[in-house]
Amino acid sequence: MKRIGFLSWALWFGYAFLYVPIVLLIVYSFNDSRLVTVWAGFSTKWYAELLHNDTLLDAALLSFRVAAVSATLAVMLGTCAGLALSRFGRFRGRTLFGGMITAPLVMPEVITGLSLLLLFVAMEQWVGWPDGRGVTTITLAHTTFTMSYVAVVVQSRLAGMDGSLEEAAMDLGARPAKVFFVITLPLIAPALVAGWLLAFTLSLDDVVVASFVSGPGSTTLPMVIFSSVKFGISPQINALATLMVLVVATGIFVASIVMARQERQRKRDEQMAIQNG
Amino acid sequence: MAGQPIRKPTRLEPWQDPGQAPYVRIEKVTKTFGDFVAVDEVSLSIYRNEFFALLGGSGSGKTTLLRMLAGFEQPTEGKIFIDGVDMAGIPPYERPVNMMFQSYALFPHMTVEQNVAFGLRQDGVAKAEIRDRVEEMLGLVQLAAFGKRRPHQLSGGQRQRVALARSLVKRPKLLLLDEPLGALDKKLRERTQFELVNIQEKLGITFIVVTHDQEEAMTMSSRIAVMNHGVIAQVGTPTEIYEYPHTRFVAEFIGSINMFDGRVVEANGDQVLVASEEAGCELLIAHATPAPAGSPVSVAIRPEKILLSKEPPAGETGVGEGRNRTTGIVREIAYLGDVSIYLVQLPTGKTVRVTAPNVTRRTEMPITWEDEVTLSWRPFAGVVLTQ
Repeated sequence: MKRIGFLSWALWFGYAFLYVPIVLLIVYSFNDSRLVTVWAGFSTKWYAELLHNDTLLDAALLSFRVAAVSATLAVMLGTCAGLALSRFGRFRGRTLFGGMITAPLVMPEVITGLSLLLLFVAMEQWVGWPDGRGVTTITLAHTTFTMSYVAVVVQSRLAGMDGSLEEAAMDLGARPAKVFFVITLPLIAPALVAGWLLAFTLSLDDVVVASFVSGPGSTTLPMVIFSSVKFGISPQINALATLMVLVVATGIFVASIVMARQERQRKRDEQMAIQNG
Repeated sequence: MAGQPIRKPTRLEPWQDPGQAPYVRIEKVTKTFGDFVAVDEVSLSIYRNEFFALLGGSGSGKTTLLRMLAGFEQPTEGKIFIDGVDMAGIPPYERPVNMMFQSYALFPHMTVEQNVAFGLRQDGVAKAEIRDRVEEMLGLVQLAAFGKRRPHQLSGGQRQRVALARSLVKRPKLLLLDEPLGALDKKLRERTQFELVNIQEKLGITFIVVTHDQEEAMTMSSRIAVMNHGVIAQVGTPTEIYEYPHTRFVAEFIGSINMFDGRVVEANGDQVLVASEEAGCELLIAHATPAPAGSPVSVAIRPEKILLSKEPPAGETGVGEGRNRTTGIVREIAYLGDVSIYLVQLPTGKTVRVTAPNVTRRTEMPITWEDEVTLSWRPFAGVVLTQ
């Protein structure tokens, strides 16, 4: 009994540590007062005001656009990298390449941002592209630092896949490109979706790299939030954050229900197969 | 033990016919992975319509050899010809060969029908023909009702048959099978062995099977190549491999066998007389490989070829006092139902394994533990091994 008591205490403490800040944020988004830390009764007025705040809404739209495009690009590049690393066989320096693909994961964002800024400035001088800093540079920068996450996810999925599936397809007459699109791609699709969502979230969340490579008129949502905090937090930000939490939570909830259902279906199928076999 | 080939040879076998060109010719093929030599200068000729088994333990190089035939590995040295065409540089998708994988490698995101149709679709076969041929194949493997299922909705035996159908649907001239029955339980494996042979005979396809299971190789194949450490130890029909092993390795790998070390006393044509202290008697072997008098040899005798009796048997040719006859004490009896295994200890300390069919019921069996028994065998029973 004592053990269970300790464990449940640990559980509550851990989850409180994780979720109290978020709960607080949600509660204060319904605060009537302009002062963030003083409770003055329930109100939804900040949500109404949020809908008329063009700066915030534009920034949110821009962020979503950048996140969608960069996640898509990152999935393409990351899949190529993951595929090469897991299917190229053994070659000299394989470990080095494997390590190098994951290095950006632990690289301080400040350094990533700074080096990308230098690259974009240098490229503009040499080839005249990209023309100034803006949406393009942010998208490219986000692609750069999220593709390694995708590569890692895809690589681990490929490593867990039975290599003889691809060999069987080739044995039956499919050329390597066809094998990739008809066999490999459908089988690693879950990893691609996971990688895309991860890249999307990372891009949506990033403020450091975006600050380095953004230009006038291209301010992402995290940048707006971050800079508005300097002039005191508006409860509108709380409302916005609450909406984002809602969206994310719904997404996770739906995904886990779908996965649980598929798992149950698979188990039923297998049971049936065993009985029939 | 198995050991009865189910084929009845009716004509000259292709490997005995000098006029026959081999369908698959492997010439001095070597494959190395770094420092490891997986296949070491292997040469083999396999003929049309053969059911050929590559038999060996793990790491014997049998699977590597198969993968080189399929085109997944390139030989480090040597050449492979299929139907007279040099396979060097020809990728797997252009070879007239199909393979059945050990893991079956069924595409999990396709139905049974789509799996079987996959190979035909790659060749651009017309839709109606694909449908007919898939149906025909699924009928052949008795899965006609399962076409719409996904692989994970099938049992192991059904998956195995889908894999077989998929590898046969393109009507390859040569089918490679990597441990085709490895994942099945014993009962199903025995039944499937016969099914495989029937299908092979019906379709007239050359089969090359990789297996570690000697019983499987014995029942199914027309010929067996026993592999050990990347080298072929012996090639022959199941009977040849079992009855006339060339080396100690082959003799001990296939079935169980008793080995008596000794020295040749007298060699007369193909009759050899060996003196063995271990056996406690002289061993006369008819039809032996010639060995000069005085040379050290091993004599191998299968457990079922030794007669176990309480009294010395009378009237057996070639068996007499001190020749092909010795005595010992029964130390262990293992009752297997159809046969019993007796471990008999000779006065020299050597333990001899004897199997005898249980003609009478267990309780009435005349020989029991600690009985003194006579072991005897005919001159045709033994094999002389010089290596």
